[in-house]
Amino acid sequence: MLRVENLTVQFPGRFGVFTAIEEVTLTVAAGEIHGLVGESGAGKSTIGAAVIGLLQPPGVVAGGTMTLGETDLRALDPVQAHQMRGKRISMIFQDPQTSLNPLMTIEDQLIETIQAHEDIGTAGARARAVALLEEIGIAGAAKRIKAYPHQFSGGMRQRVVIALALCTNPELIIADEPTTALDVAVQSQVLDLIRRLADTRGIGFLLITHDIGVIAQITDTVTVLRGGRVMETGPTGKVLRSPEHPYTQALMAAVPPLDHKLDRFLVPHDDRPVLSAPEGRSAADAEAWLTAGAQILGEGLRLQDVSVRFSGTRTSLFQRPDAFTALDRVSMTVRPGSVMGLVGESGSGKSTIAKVITGLVQPSAGALYLGDTDLPPARTRGRRDPSRRLIQMVFQDPFSSLNSRHRIGEILTEPLWLYRLETDATKRRDIAAAMLDLVGLSADAIDRFPHQFSGGQRQRIAVARSLLARPRVLICDEPTSALDVSIQAQVLNLLKDLQARFGLTILFISHNLAVVRQMSDDVTVLKDGKVIESEESEMFFTHPQAAYSRELLSLTPGFPKTSPQLG
Amino acid sequence: MLTRLIQSEPVYLFLRSPAAILAAFVAILVIGGAVLAPLLAQSDPYDLSSFSLMDGLQPPVWQGGDPRFLLGTDDQGRDMVSAILYGARLSLMIGLMSMVIASVLGVGLGLAAGYFGGRFDAIVMRIADVQLALPAILTALLIDGISRGVLPPEVHQDLRVAVLTLAIALSLWVNFARTARASVFVERNKDYVQAAMIMGQHPLRVMLRHILPNIMGPLLVIMTVDLASAILLEATLSFLGIGLPADSPSLGTLIRIGMQFLLSGEWWILWVPTLFLVALVVSINVLGDFLRDVFNPRLR
Repeated sequence: MLRVENLTVQFPGRFGVFTAIEEVTLTVAAGEIHGLVGESGAGKSTIGAAVIGLLQPPGVVAGGTMTLGETDLRALDPVQAHQMRGKRISMIFQDPQTSLNPLMTIEDQLIETIQAHEDIGTAGARARAVALLEEIGIAGAAKRIKAYPHQFSGGMRQRVVIALALCTNPELIIADEPTTALDVAVQSQVLDLIRRLADTRGIGFLLITHDIGVIAQITDTVTVLRGGRVMETGPTGKVLRSPEHPYTQALMAAVPPLDHKLDRFLVPHDDRPVLSAPEGRSAADAEAWLTAGAQILGEGLRLQDVSVRFSGTRTSLFQRPDAFTALDRVSMTVRPGSVMGLVGESGSGKSTIAKVITGLVQPSAGALYLGDTDLPPARTRGRRDPSRRLIQMVFQDPFSSLNSRHRIGEILTEPLWLYRLETDATKRRDIAAAMLDLVGLSADAIDRFPHQFSGGQRQRIAVARSLLARPRVLICDEPTSALDVSIQAQVLNLLKDLQARFGLTILFISHNLAVVRQMSDDVTVLKDGKVIESEESEMFFTHPQAAYSRELLSLTPGFPKTSPQLG
Repeated sequence: MLTRLIQSEPVYLFLRSPAAILAAFVAILVIGGAVLAPLLAQSDPYDLSSFSLMDGLQPPVWQGGDPRFLLGTDDQGRDMVSAILYGARLSLMIGLMSMVIASVLGVGLGLAAGYFGGRFDAIVMRIADVQLALPAILTALLIDGISRGVLPPEVHQDLRVAVLTLAIALSLWVNFARTARASVFVERNKDYVQAAMIMGQHPLRVMLRHILPNIMGPLLVIMTVDLASAILLEATLSFLGIGLPADSPSLGTLIRIGMQFLLSGEWWILWVPTLFLVALVVSINVLGDFLRDVFNPRLR
């Protein structure tokens, strides 16, 4: 049905022409779900945009052919292309939050879309809209159609977006990361819906995603992209189980498996030049410096009946706003020198725990202990409290956790200066450079700015910064969820190495169960601010006790059972 | 280093924007002339002995005036070129000074209001609202009036420039405070600020070393636009006679003096300083717009 042959997309710019897509060939048959997978910058979304004719300027299709059925997509004039969009090709975007108009009811949006493509009365369009909503599994559609987008949950909203895409009976739907913003439970429902639509309606799907689990769950065929080129293409089962191309093999090896624990990941490509660090600035020096502290072993961390209540939005001048309970009597014990995995869906209170421990949020009740001593909560924790140094944090988004106006050297020497660990400015720089070597970056990085590094490199810098405080406890809040799988594997390896070498205590917060299994010794499951289960990690993954834990585990997209070996 | 500067984004955009180039050219010409006034001007307009009444009311050269006076003279025989250069010097100095005072005051209050939030924020912002409700000229009149009442006349005379600067600064700080506060609200939830707070850094250090450099973009834009406003405000006040007296003429004072000759045929005494002021303010505003586009590509 959709045939793309030798597609080349170029972006002419200031510094010459950038070729985003090079000679890509792929076909999507009716009723087929074709997965497009690759890391960021691989050109997945660009292919989708080129097919639907919505390339961001200055991007241009420089070569190749694209045909949908008998129609040559490249030969269309703008008016025809506009009619083609929606009528024969639809699109589903990543974030259902922003792809629906918040000021229009679901009904108005559906009817508007139906009438834009078809000459049909309002009553007829409404009947069609209700039928569509029922088809995609919204119960009581006739009533709920009057609702506004904000009255629906994230998963429901994504269903509505799919209904919008279905309005005109398209032949092809391009789904650009349709489940990335959703929790696992909702994700699997949406994926089931997509599968069902492909089977019953015979719609071809071009499913763009970075998540190999999603690919494994629902696609028929898959195309692996890297740097705008096709690495490998074929039936999903074959490509994932026995990948032929070295890149695909490496990519598959980097995906954390859910069903067993690996000691280390095989890292796909390590193009870091092997340079010996100068005297006094090597990884060995950093290690010596780290272990020179009085006690190097990690400290235990204990939360006892911690509750956090936020006041909600004020609805009346004379009434107290309703309180929202973010954490409800949470107790948790992190053993010294161990890794505690903290899992839960969005809104379960994972990050709030991190904020309570780091002193950003004041708990309304409960006590915190660091080792044997009390850990004062936010309001009573002074700026000079020793726990400020002992507990360090690595954030999710490496693009916002480093001050973009400071050089790496300034960022890294700040904890040394602040905690008075080293008084001499030159020595501070030496230690910072040595620490860069320890986390696998070259020492000349010290004079550069954060924007000159990739996401994975920045996350290494963030780890280096936290280590330079000589911490006992490291709190990692989704440290790899903003990174590509291969980079994720490198950062996880780094954290594992550091933990093993320095016996750090780590609280590892993640929504990704597979990653948690690789990292943690113990696991705590959180739901709506309550602890559901707390268990030794391997026990948890093999014999989960709580019903919710079992559900969570079963919904996580499965990976190919036999993990591929590097050939 | 130099090649990096030439290849940088702002320079690249600048070289492709004719309006910005023209504005920068005019601004450099005007500001350069003002700064170098003592070297360029042939006479000192403040020194009554350097010109003579005999040369009074000479038209510009192209209207058959004395070749010594390119743009003619006023009724006192002052060379217009010298008067304008010195006037622009005074206008620019007052504008710059009040802009600096306003930005330090406004950014400081805005940073703290955004960072601490709560009651402090509410108080600062209500004061800002009150300030916004009063027109700038009213504020200036008020301060001028108070200073007249409080200070002895001869001291007041000496402090006129300072009083004027303060009055203008007080009516401009709100812009800075509001912009800074809004930007801080965005920045303080970013991880790097949270990281600094977790580490237990002093609030002052977090504000000045971490947040401030990251909100400089919008502030720089406000600075340029407010520099133009400050110069205009000074001209308005001087024109109304609240500002500087005739013996130390700024551009506004020159325009006020020129008004008397508007209907008597000596047009240049009014129009030359007016056009000069317009060129200065417009070019600064165009540069401000250009800066805004550089810092916020989405508006382009």
